[in-house]
Amino acid sequence: MATETTIFSPELAARFDKLVTLYPVRRSALVPMLLYAQDEVGYISKAVVAEVARRVGVLENDVVSVLSYYSMLRTQPIGKFNVQVCTNICCMLRGGNELFEHCKKRLGIGHKGTTADGVFSLEEVECIGACSWAPAVQVNYDFHENLTPESMDKVLEEYREKAQK
Amino acid sequence: MAYLTTHPDVVPVVSYRFGKGATNIDRYIELDGYKAARKAIEMGPEAVIAEMKASNLRGRGGAGFPTGMKWSFVPKQSEKPKYILVNGDESEPATCKDRLIFEHDPHSVIEGVIIAGLAVGAKMGFIYLRGEYRYLLNIMEKAIEDAYAKGFLGKNIFGSGIEFEAVSHTGAGAYEVGEESALMESLEGKRGIPRIRPPFPAVVGLYGGPTVINNAETLATVPHIIRMGGAEYAKIGTERNGGTRLFCLSGHLEKPGVYELPMGYNLKRMIYEVGGGIPGGRKLKAVVPGGSSTPVLLPEEIDIGMDFDQVGKAGSMLGSGGVVVLDETVCMVEFALRTMRFYQHESCGWCIPCREGTDWLKKSLTRVHAGGGVDKDIDNIQYLAENMLGRTFCPLGDAAAMPTIAFVKKFRKEFEDHLDGKGCPYKHSLQHEAVLA
Ligand SMILES: Cc1cc2nc3c(=O)[nH]c(=O)nc-3n(C[C@H](O)[C@H](O)[C@H](O)COP(=O)(O)O)c2cc1C
Ligand code: FES
Repeated sequence: MATETTIFSPELAARFDKLVTLYPVRRSALVPMLLYAQDEVGYISKAVVAEVARRVGVLENDVVSVLSYYSMLRTQPIGKFNVQVCTNICCMLRGGNELFEHCKKRLGIGHKGTTADGVFSLEEVECIGACSWAPAVQVNYDFHENLTPESMDKVLEEYREKAQK
Repeated sequence: MAYLTTHPDVVPVVSYRFGKGATNIDRYIELDGYKAARKAIEMGPEAVIAEMKASNLRGRGGAGFPTGMKWSFVPKQSEKPKYILVNGDESEPATCKDRLIFEHDPHSVIEGVIIAGLAVGAKMGFIYLRGEYRYLLNIMEKAIEDAYAKGFLGKNIFGSGIEFEAVSHTGAGAYEVGEESALMESLEGKRGIPRIRPPFPAVVGLYGGPTVINNAETLATVPHIIRMGGAEYAKIGTERNGGTRLFCLSGHLEKPGVYELPMGYNLKRMIYEVGGGIPGGRKLKAVVPGGSSTPVLLPEEIDIGMDFDQVGKAGSMLGSGGVVVLDETVCMVEFALRTMRFYQHESCGWCIPCREGTDWLKKSLTRVHAGGGVDKDIDNIQYLAENMLGRTFCPLGDAAAMPTIAFVKKFRKEFEDHLDGKGCPYKHSLQHEAVLA
């Protein structure tokens, strides 16, 4: 693989070279590979599907079938920061719905929308494992907990600043 | 950062290294780390399993299956390699405890996997984390690397001549993948669709080999049991329910949080003393005692000990240890609907009773909540849910049906109050455009 061309950075390509050897079968690396590829590329493009299929040794169709199962994997680009608001039961009891509505207004977008400047996407998500610190939001992989609309504004502001850097 | 909350009644066993820097392997060793694995090598497989049986540890993933017994089902001789699989998918709403273990004490999971491997003769373990837990995957990867560097993992662990490899693995968003057979499918790089049983994973599991699947908290508890002895551990809990567990208190409480308490701890006390009671002097309306899939309890039903048997006797389940407290302002129809929306969304679609059942239930609950329901809808909801029970390929169908049946049975009047155009009497309730669309 190493000698072939790759669409990934040298670091990620090296990581993938190793990943497929960790398991009794190469295919076990498929789901992690797709997620790591998405982290670098932004989404699972056709080129990602093709290269991952080749690395794992399965058909592209198999890769597409698998990726469509997992809710974190996407086939379209989204904003730089994906604001994922949990509205599941524990968050709902502590203002998760209101927080989601607040984010919609603040960002001017709805569920699975992206702001025109490409900075934010918004998503209503299921339980993210922060139930005792509800309501909770994940921005990309970072957790923000015990939120209020006011503290949510601060969180959004921080990311907006980050985007400008 | 996720943290443990303290209270005088807390008994720190699994959590005893939390907040003490134990992600660092040297610190973990200072805090008695990897002693249990060495001890287990000396003890040999049979003695380890006997100790596990004596501990009365029951699985913390939800079903409460006795861990020692589960391990003893693995055949001694096997042509195919055996495996240990850690379930860290943690996706049942109200559950946020495994996260604390991965964050504060990752080596305890590795040590638990090694001991499980020694007990059943497996040479490889996988630690599967839900995709959302990326920061924990980084912690776990580092911990595994450090354990290899010390010779605690690899071809010759602790100089014993025994081989054991461990690999951490990430999912990519799917509740169903927490179901043990779907978990194996996912780890094999496939869609997370459940497998028919029998054969059970202990006989035919990952890559066709005998496999032990345990929840992360279950395995993190194992080293403590080996260190302190099964009988000592059992003493902390109640009959047939050994030790402690991490209870995740959430909802309308003054002090929600994750608390490690003895098995059998009184639920009422958990809510009013440990969790600080309900804010604003409001009245208690209901408690979901063990994660979103467990039947709701009424205020007069909560004077019970929180172990698998006592909660079972009260008509619910201890489940994954997520205790959700609902005060009098909650609309139970909305709560039932939100619960069902989750299961409908997460149903893998493989079997019809679950895929269609959850969808119909969501639609019916939506209609009732919005005021468009008629009397017959309530009976239909109950009928549908009852007919899903035991008829789905994996227990996700039960997880959706059981709480629904209890909501209707225990709060029927509240469902009726929504009917015939009246709609939700709880004004604060937000309508979900996405659902109603
Ligand atoms: C739909 C569904 C989801 C589940 N999710 C999880 C989970 O996220 N974590 C977990 O440990 N067990 C989960 N379980 C239970 C597992 O199937 C399995 O019983 C458990 O991991 C066994 O570990 P234990 O014996 O240590 O409890 C789930 C079960 C079902 C039916
Ligand atoms: S319900 Fe929102 S994090 Fe669990």
